[in-house]
Amino acid sequence: MSFLPKPKLHHPGLLPNALGYTRRDYEGAISTLCAGCGHDSISAAIVHACFQMDLPPHRIAKLSGIGCSSKTPTYFLGSSHGFNSVHGRMPSVLTGANLANRDLIYLGVSGDGDSASIGLGQFAHSMRRGVNMVYIVENNGVYGLTKGQFSATADKGAKSKRGVANNDEAIDLVSMAIQLGASFVGRSFSGDKAQLIPLIQAALAHPGAAFIDCISPCVTFNNHQGSTKSFDYVREHNEAVNMLDVITGRDEITVDYAPGAVEIVEQHDGSLLRLRKLAGDYDVSSRAEALNFLQHHHAKGEIVTGLLYLDPEPEEMHSHLKTAATPLNALDETDLCPGSAALEALNATLR
Amino acid sequence: MLEEWDLLPTDIKDPGYFHKVVDCQYACPAHTPVPEYIRLIAAGRYGDAYMVNWKSNVFPGILGRTCDRPCEPACRRGRVEEQPVAICRLKRVAADYKGGIAERMPSPAAAKNGKRIAVVGAGPSSLTVARDLAPLGYEITIFDENEKGGGMVRTQIPKFRLPEEVIDEEVGYVLRLGVETRFGARVNSLKSLLDDGYDAVFIGTGAPRGRDLAIPGRQEAAANIHLGIDWLSSVSFGHVTSIGKRVIVLGGGNTAMDCCRSARRMGGTDVKVVVRSGFKEMKASPWEKEDAMREDIPILNFMVPKEFTHENNRLTGVVFETVHAVYDDKGRRQLVNNGEPDVHMPCDDVLLAVGQENAFPWIERDIGIAFDRWGMPVVDETTHRSTNEKVFFGGDAAFGPKNIIWAVAHGHQAAISIDRLCQGRAVEDRPAPAVSMASQKMGIHEWSYDNEVSNDHRFAVPHAEKTVALANIKTEVELGFDLKQALAEAQRCLNCDVQTVFSAPACIECDACVDICPEDCITFTADGEEADLRGHLNAPARNLSQDLYIADGLKTGRIMVKDEDVCLHCGMCAERCPTGAWDMQRFLFDMAQAGTACSKS
Repeated sequence: MSFLPKPKLHHPGLLPNALGYTRRDYEGAISTLCAGCGHDSISAAIVHACFQMDLPPHRIAKLSGIGCSSKTPTYFLGSSHGFNSVHGRMPSVLTGANLANRDLIYLGVSGDGDSASIGLGQFAHSMRRGVNMVYIVENNGVYGLTKGQFSATADKGAKSKRGVANNDEAIDLVSMAIQLGASFVGRSFSGDKAQLIPLIQAALAHPGAAFIDCISPCVTFNNHQGSTKSFDYVREHNEAVNMLDVITGRDEITVDYAPGAVEIVEQHDGSLLRLRKLAGDYDVSSRAEALNFLQHHHAKGEIVTGLLYLDPEPEEMHSHLKTAATPLNALDETDLCPGSAALEALNATLR
Repeated sequence: MLEEWDLLPTDIKDPGYFHKVVDCQYACPAHTPVPEYIRLIAAGRYGDAYMVNWKSNVFPGILGRTCDRPCEPACRRGRVEEQPVAICRLKRVAADYKGGIAERMPSPAAAKNGKRIAVVGAGPSSLTVARDLAPLGYEITIFDENEKGGGMVRTQIPKFRLPEEVIDEEVGYVLRLGVETRFGARVNSLKSLLDDGYDAVFIGTGAPRGRDLAIPGRQEAAANIHLGIDWLSSVSFGHVTSIGKRVIVLGGGNTAMDCCRSARRMGGTDVKVVVRSGFKEMKASPWEKEDAMREDIPILNFMVPKEFTHENNRLTGVVFETVHAVYDDKGRRQLVNNGEPDVHMPCDDVLLAVGQENAFPWIERDIGIAFDRWGMPVVDETTHRSTNEKVFFGGDAAFGPKNIIWAVAHGHQAAISIDRLCQGRAVEDRPAPAVSMASQKMGIHEWSYDNEVSNDHRFAVPHAEKTVALANIKTEVELGFDLKQALAEAQRCLNCDVQTVFSAPACIECDACVDICPEDCITFTADGEEADLRGHLNAPARNLSQDLYIADGLKTGRIMVKDEDVCLHCGMCAERCPTGAWDMQRFLFDMAQAGTACSKS
C-alpha cells in the first residue's frame, strides 16, 4: 500500500469523454491492498470501461460485501454511490436498491469468499431473479484478509503457499450462474485488460443479470508454484474462446475478418457486441453447450475465458414483478396516494 | 527471436541515458545537478546547496539573478503543468541563505606545480579557468583592463539586477585561490604574452564591441546616440549619471532591456523599446521583457529604424518604417513594408542595442592562430583550443555572444584542456563524468527523497515597490524568495534525477505499475518499430526528443516501454510493485573538471 495519494497531475494528452470527464475522474482513493493485487487491475478495468462508455459517475451504484475484493469500490468511481454491506449480503442489498430505483446502473463487487461461501445463497437467488446488474467476483481462491486459507473456489489439488494440497472440490461460479439463469456470463483474468475491459463494458450494457468471474491472483498468498490462480498458471492455461469488442459507432463493423471468425450480437438496448472467435465454433447463445464446454476443458486443466453465455433476449426482475417504471424517490404524492376510488377498485379485484 | 524492426533494450548502464532524463541538468551547459541542490534547499541545507552549485557553475549568486536559464524551458514540470520550477531563483535562495561557507572553499595550492598560465580578461569564463586550475598548483595570472574582476558581469549588468556585493563576493572566492591579478592594464599583444613563456594562454575577452547602426543622421546626431554596452558600462562606473527624458532603445535583446530599465532610473520618463522583429521573436528572455514592461516601458514591434532626425547637430527623433514578417517556403523571414506612412518618434537620446561583436585587434595574425572569414578565431568546440596549441578561447570570445552559464561551461572545458596539455596528455581525450546510482528505498513505501508531488503553481518572486526601485539604480528590483516560498517552490521539483529503474526478471506482469502511473507512462506490449509503438502506448509518446525506456526479457515475451517524457518520478510504480522490479535510484552525474580538488566537501 501507499501512504501518499496518487498525484493529481496527469498526462497532458489525456482526453475527455463525451461527458467532459477524463479517465482520471473515474478513479477513487488510492488502493490500500497489497502492491500488485489483481483486484487493483480489475478496479482499473472498471475505470476504463465506465470512462469509455461515457457513463455519468453519479448514475452508478457500486455495492460490495466483505473482503479484499469488497474493499475495492473505494478505489474506483469515487463520485458514484457506494454501499459496503454485510458479508455475503451484497446481492440482497443490491436487489433492494434496484427495486427502489431501477434507473441507476448497479455494479456488485464481491469475492470468492463473499459469494461462494458465506453468500452462496444470496448469489444464487440474485442470479435466479434476473436482477439487472453487473456482478463481478474477484476470484483469487484464497481468504487473503485472514492469511491465505483456501476458499471455496480453490481447485482440488491446488497447493497452498506452505505446500498443503486442497482436498475439497471447487465451486465453479460460472457454471452455477449459467445454470441459475444469469443472462450474461463471462470469465476473465485481471492480467488481461484487453479481454476484461470490453467484457465489463458489454456486461454494463446488458439489461439483465450479468456475471463476470474474474481470476485475480493474490500476490501475497496465492501466486506461487502449485497454485492454480497464479499469474503464471492462468497465463499458461488460459483458453480464451473469444475476444469481445463493444461497438459504439456502427461504421466500425466494416472491419475485415475471416468469414466465420466474427459474430455480431445485437443486445436488447441496441448496443452491438463483436465476438472474435478464438476457439472453433463456440456458440455463446447455448446454455447446454457452454456447460458442456466448461466441463470438458476443466477436466483438461484449462481455464476457459471470454464471453461464455449470452441470452440476447434477457428478461429482468422488474418485468416479472411488473413494478412501476419510475424510481420510488421520483413518485409524488398523487402517485403514492391515488385516492379512495383507486383503493376501492383494488379491493374489488380481491373480492 | 529478434526481428529486424524490434527495438533494442535501453542500456541504462550508459550514463548518457539517465543524464538525458534529468532535463534541467542536461540543458545546463555546465550540467549543474539541479534536482540535487533543490532537495538540499528543501532540507534547509542552503550552504550545501550553494557548494553543489559553486562546484558546477562557480557563480551561484550571480547566476541566481542573471542566468539565461536554459534549464527552465527544459524542466519536465513545464510539460506536466503550466510553468517550470523557478530553478534560477532557487539558486539565488541557496546563495542568499548559505551562511558562512568561506572555510569550505578550497585553499590556495600548498605547492605550485611550476606551470604558468596567462588568462586574458577577468570575466566568467576566465575566472572559471582560474578557479579550476589554481587549486591544482598552477600559477595563474589574470589580465584585465578594468580595476576589478568580473568582466561583463560587472560592467554591463545593471546593479538593480545584480548588486555589486554579490560580484565582489563570488569573484573574491576565485581570486583568493592564490591567483595573481594584473588589473587596470590592457593586453595589447598576444605575441609578447606568449614570448613571456607562459605554458598556456586562455583568452576570455568577451564580445566587447557594440554593433553600430549606419543610417542617415547617425554622424550628425552622434552626441545623443550611444552604444548600449558602452553606455551601460559608463553607468556602471558612474561616468554617466543622467539621460534625456525621452529615450528610444533600439534592439530586442537582453542588453536592450538593461538599457531601457537603466534609462528609467537615470531620468528617462518616456522610455520606449523599438524592435524590428515581432514580440515573440525578440531575443530577450520573456521575464526580462516583463520586467521592462512593468516599469512602464512600452515595447513596439515591427518597426525598422530608417533615419535619425536632428537639428543643429542635436538629435530630435527617429523615423521608422512599419513592417510585417513574411516567411518563404524555407521558413526564412523577410520584413516587408506595410505600405503605411513612416512614423517619426521624437526623442532626446537613443541607445543602440542591436548586437555585439567580437574584436581581437591585439592578436597578431602571424602567431599560428587561424581566424575565419568573420574574424572569429578557429576554436575546437570540445577542447576550446585554437590552432596554436598553447592558446585556448572561451566565453563570448570563442564562438560569439552567448551568456554567462555558457562562459562557465567553456571555462571548465578549457581548464581540462590546459591541465592535460601541461601534464603532457592528449588534449582530445576527455575525462569521463563521475556517475553514481543508489536505490532510494527505505521501506515498503518509504523513500529517502520526498516523492509527494506538489500541486502548487509556480511562485512569483516578490519585487521592490516600483517607485522605490526606480528612484535608485542600485536598488535591487527582485527581492528573492523568502524561506517559506523557497520551500514551496522547491517542492515543485519532480526529482527527475531519481530514476525509475526496471528489472525484467523480477517482473510478474501484474499491471500494478501501469494502473497506478498518474501519467500513463508505462505500457507492456508486443515489440515493434519505434515510430509505430509510440502511437500505440497507453498514452501516445509524441515528444520525440524524449526517449522510450525499453526492457525485454519478460515471461510473456512482451516488452516494457516507459515514455520518459512526462514521468513525475513520484515512485508510485515502485511503491505498487510487488516484486521490486521497479526501483527508484538517485542518479548523480558529475561533469569532469580539471583535477578533483575543487571543494573540500
